[in-house]
Amino acid sequence: MKPTDDANDLGSDCSPPRTDGGTSGHSGSAGPVDESIFTQTANVPELTPREKARRTFERRIYAPVAVLLNDWRALFGSLILLGFVVMGTVGVYLIPEASVMEGPIFVPPFTNWEYPLGTGVMGKSILKQVVHATPAMLQMILAGALLSVCLGTVIGTVAGYRGGRTDYVLMSITDVVLTIPGIALVIVLASIYQPEQPLVVGLILGIDNWPRLARTVRSQVLSIREESFTEASRIMGLSETRILRKDIISNLMPYISVNFANSSRNIIFESIALYFLGILPHSTLNWGVMMDKAYSNADLTNPDQIHWLLVPMALIILISLGFILLAQGLDRVFNVRLRSRHETAAGGGDT
Amino acid sequence: MYYSKRIGQSVLVFFLALTVTFALYRMLPFGPIEMVKIHLMQQMLEQGESPSPQQMARINAMVETYTGIDPNQPWYVSYYHYLRDIVLYQDFGRSIFKNRPVFDILFEAMPWSIFISIYGLALGTTVSLLFGAVMAYNEGSKFDTGMTIFSIANTTVPYYIVAILSLIVFSFYLGWLPSGGRMDPNTTPGLNLPFIIGVVKHAALPVLSSFIAGFGGALAFRGNCIREMGEGYIRVAQLRGISQGRIAIRYVGRNALLPIYTSIMMGIASIFGSGIILETIFNYPAMGLVTFNALLNRDYPVIMGAFIFFTSITLLGILVADLTYGVIDPRVKGGSDREAY
Repeated sequence: MKPTDDANDLGSDCSPPRTDGGTSGHSGSAGPVDESIFTQTANVPELTPREKARRTFERRIYAPVAVLLNDWRALFGSLILLGFVVMGTVGVYLIPEASVMEGPIFVPPFTNWEYPLGTGVMGKSILKQVVHATPAMLQMILAGALLSVCLGTVIGTVAGYRGGRTDYVLMSITDVVLTIPGIALVIVLASIYQPEQPLVVGLILGIDNWPRLARTVRSQVLSIREESFTEASRIMGLSETRILRKDIISNLMPYISVNFANSSRNIIFESIALYFLGILPHSTLNWGVMMDKAYSNADLTNPDQIHWLLVPMALIILISLGFILLAQGLDRVFNVRLRSRHETAAGGGDT
Repeated sequence: MYYSKRIGQSVLVFFLALTVTFALYRMLPFGPIEMVKIHLMQQMLEQGESPSPQQMARINAMVETYTGIDPNQPWYVSYYHYLRDIVLYQDFGRSIFKNRPVFDILFEAMPWSIFISIYGLALGTTVSLLFGAVMAYNEGSKFDTGMTIFSIANTTVPYYIVAILSLIVFSFYLGWLPSGGRMDPNTTPGLNLPFIIGVVKHAALPVLSSFIAGFGGALAFRGNCIREMGEGYIRVAQLRGISQGRIAIRYVGRNALLPIYTSIMMGIASIFGSGIILETIFNYPAMGLVTFNALLNRDYPVIMGAFIFFTSITLLGILVADLTYGVIDPRVKGGSDREAY
């Protein structure tokens, strides 16, 4: 879809369209010219700025959203994530912070609607704790996923496109980071620095995630740079940044968005584990901290108390389900190769 | 030529990892030297003494006894000593907390870690490959749908949640399996049945959890199998009358395995990191738990030693996997321009 778009843009930019609809020959040439496909030009009407804006809107915003809404997984995933975002932004203002002994101890969930998710050993409402832990989680996920996706994309693209020595150096660095056991390094770093800000925690966790993306992006770029439209841009003398941005990154976008969802999930998993083990400082409230407290303070064989542990677990599963569904939906929506492969190979019998 | 290049690359990566560890250990702020130094200086200030040159020398001497690092040495000298000690003498320093050589502590814990993680990884990989193949062959069936949902659920639920829940159910609630330790304390170690049963019982839950952690790739393998089954040469093979089993294993299976072989290799890299989390939850005294306790006690020599251990084992695992890649895919023999990961 991309290359033809670009070709159209360039066509209208570089040479003024001929208004004759391609019926007559070249005006400067002597004698009649046979009407071949080489001399015909299409009638491309000039677009007003408003029309241009409308087309851009349709192509960039309306069409992806429409496709997204058609895929139930993507729809469901985005709804879950939207719910968490609303909880972390609006919910924090609507629901007050939990206070000690605001209710009875160990109220089971869904029984008393003053405490919809029940209470823990200190009589704190679990729902309030959950809501007030969300902003820290979202910040962490965002920081980590952005860092890993940006680093992975930039390093992979540059290495793949430039090739040669740049490629060698960048890929060697990637291999080193890939080989060093990621979680172990993250754990060591986290225990040395004791980061308190959720954003910093996210960045540290992001270190572990970028090399795989860089590797795969590089191999994608290697094939895209051989495509004819990239070569055409090169021959036309467009600048390297423009080629990278317009031709290569824009073709990688679906891939990048899928990976954004995947690395978000990894960051949730790892951060919760580190908070649960008490390796990261318990300075901000989050679900891992809640799990840790429940695990050490509740009687885990007592069915009346275990909900304290189960509620944060369920939330972790729910948010990662949201990310995975979104990733799969996006993958199916954007990945033409995957779609066509399933159509041809499986005879449409696709789950 | 390819093999020597690949081994050389691994050695290089090992030294780079050592350097990273060294930098973490010595150069960065809030590293062990700073920690011990600040701690000691605070003690002095609390006692009302201002740090004079003699006292600074005393502090430095104490830092050296605590961490085995001489702060007065320039970094390149200590870097050289550090590399020399590790490579020539396998000397990772002494544990601050346990006052034993780090190498001994880790070397004792190592086999147990390998024991549970190898079982988990091998089981997880085998089962997920089998399931992936069966799913592909019965595409669209109930089994396929059910397993697809299960696989997605498996990627949604973190393995440590499975670990915690199985610990609660099987050992706290039902009492079938022990909740900690790696052997029955009432048995004598050796080749006798009670001891082996004890070991298996203690390892059951950690292995189950790392099996869950390693159980990825079924969906990917399924997709690859389906794509391979649509290829023309499979049809030609069927027309030639080659038996179904041979087609399934040698034609479809082998070719479908190649793209995900690399991600299986990456499983090796993540397994030791997840070991830290799993062994802590199950209180299973192996590498991970030793590392975790060292982290809690800020026992830096042990932390760094464990980190080097993790790196070298991972490196070894990936190297072996990479060198055997040629067995699975004969095309790569001598190929240097392929995608390794």
